[in-house]
Amino acid sequence: MKRSLIAAVAVCVGTSIGPGTASAGTIAPADVRIVDMMVAESLTGVLGDPANGRKVFANRKKGNCLACHANSDMSEMLFHGEVGPPLDGVAERYDEAFLRALLVNSKAVFEGTIMPAFYVDSATLNRVLPKFQGKTILTAQEVEDVLAYLMTLK
Amino acid sequence: MKKIFTATAATALAAIGAASALVAGPADIPLIIEGEEMIARAPAPDYIDGVDTIYSGWLFRSEETQALEVDDFENPAMPAVDYGLELWETADGSEGKSCASCHGDISEMAGVRTVMPKVNENGELWAMEEYINDCRVNRMGAEPWKRTKSPEMLGMTAAIGLQSRGMPMNVAIDGPAAPFWEQGRELYYTRVGQLDMSCANCHEDNYGNMIRADHLSQGQINGFPTYRLKWGGLGSIHRRFKGCMKNIRAEPYKPGGPEFTALELYVASRGNGLSVETPAVRN
Ligand code: HEC
Ligand code: HEC
Ligand code: HEC
Repeated sequence: MKRSLIAAVAVCVGTSIGPGTASAGTIAPADVRIVDMMVAESLTGVLGDPANGRKVFANRKKGNCLACHANSDMSEMLFHGEVGPPLDGVAERYDEAFLRALLVNSKAVFEGTIMPAFYVDSATLNRVLPKFQGKTILTAQEVEDVLAYLMTLK
Repeated sequence: MKKIFTATAATALAAIGAASALVAGPADIPLIIEGEEMIARAPAPDYIDGVDTIYSGWLFRSEETQALEVDDFENPAMPAVDYGLELWETADGSEGKSCASCHGDISEMAGVRTVMPKVNENGELWAMEEYINDCRVNRMGAEPWKRTKSPEMLGMTAAIGLQSRGMPMNVAIDGPAAPFWEQGRELYYTRVGQLDMSCANCHEDNYGNMIRADHLSQGQINGFPTYRLKWGGLGSIHRRFKGCMKNIRAEPYKPGGPEFTALELYVASRGNGLSVETPAVRN
């Protein structure tokens, strides 16, 4: 009881501001446990929305995944990056729990990767601009939404 | 004519974006500025790990941007250079002296850009801007110029840099420079910001790759101050460093401060052997 209360407070302070995203069921960044490169449980308990996930994927101020990954499903958009592998068919290569772990903290999955960790405690990072301190790149629900979108890439 | 060229370039880029594998690595063409061939690729200095060959940032830009740098009449930085040349001859401050009063013709500055930043007599690491302001304050009795954005400082550093155009970069990294160089190397490889990246993640591990619409170069500084189309004017080395840090949501170091000057020395040393290209043009 006490623990989840603290977690809920941490979420309110801790994640990007997005209306209605930080609910009591949301796991705070510092509390997410990655076991064997997996996060089996949803971060929010709310089903991911693939349509919103697709938007977050392309949004330069959010996932900006397209900066590094080509994605044929977004062929209407210009400029797909080539820093990481193309994400076509990614749902066939990996399961959901692995991809959730990758989105939460890429470094726990691919050691030394350039790919940002989208849901980690900013206190573990170096020289974060003040306006991004105490925030994560994506909210917990946005992670779930992007994940739901990735699961459609077959 | 110009319009059509722009449109063609844009279409070509769009195609690249969609196919996303057509551009890889630096262009395989010589860089010839005003008839003089620049050293735009060279073996990496042996103290640099992670790359075998160093490349001018020019090789990664679009044809249209490249064209602006090779012809001084097209180069949009030249009016700022002219302003620098004018200031060189202009007396200022309580001593009534100009730069020329002591240094003679600005061509006497040939080679100076290739060794900056360097350690001064008091053991401090100074970049070109600090040497200039030292002369203004302590030798001319004039006000210092604002380091990062003043047209005076940008014009003067561009005019002085131009005197070394074509000469290879050759900063010292040993002797009294060694601790500064170590500090700069440390900064280059340290991950910072909410995106948690180091300079090396982009400019060493991924040069030649597209990061969204940008073709990543090695982040060389042999062309500074550089005219950036995005800035619509000249910008200093520390301004560019600051921009790259803010893009990864990192709190930048202070322009002119010890961290950025040490980083400048280290980054300059990664380009030892490339020609000075000042004033370069980038997008
Ligand atoms: C700065 C570049 C960068 C960004 C931004 C980025 N990634 Fe990555 N990603 C990589 C790299 C590089 C790899 C390959 C792993 C490695 O070796 O580092 C990777 C690997 C992956 C993989 C595994 C692909 C495979 O086939 O093995 C997935 C899935 C993935 N990223 C999804 C995403 C999503 C979704 C986003 C946005 C929320 C994103 N990435 C943002 C660079 C990036
Ligand atoms: C009163 C004489 C005097 C005036 C005026 C003067 N300088 Fe100097 N400057 C010097 C001396 C002396 C040095 C140090 C010795 C040297 O390296 O030439 C120096 C050094 C420099 C250096 C470093 C050169 C190097 O190789 O280390 C630069 C750059 C420079 N001056 C630029 C300028 C500029 C630009 C102006 C005008 C805004 C100016 N100076 C005005 C006397 C002067
Ligand atoms: C997320 C990737 C990324 C990171 C990290 C990054 N940069 Fe950059 N940088 C760029 C891009 C994109 C450009 C513009 C295209 C190019 O020249 O690579 C650029 C340009 C530059 C340039 C201009 C090069 C020229 O030819 O004029 C310099 C210098 C530079 N960066 C230095 C740095 C330094 C120093 C760091 C570390 C503090 C750094 N960058 C970190 C992406 C990055």
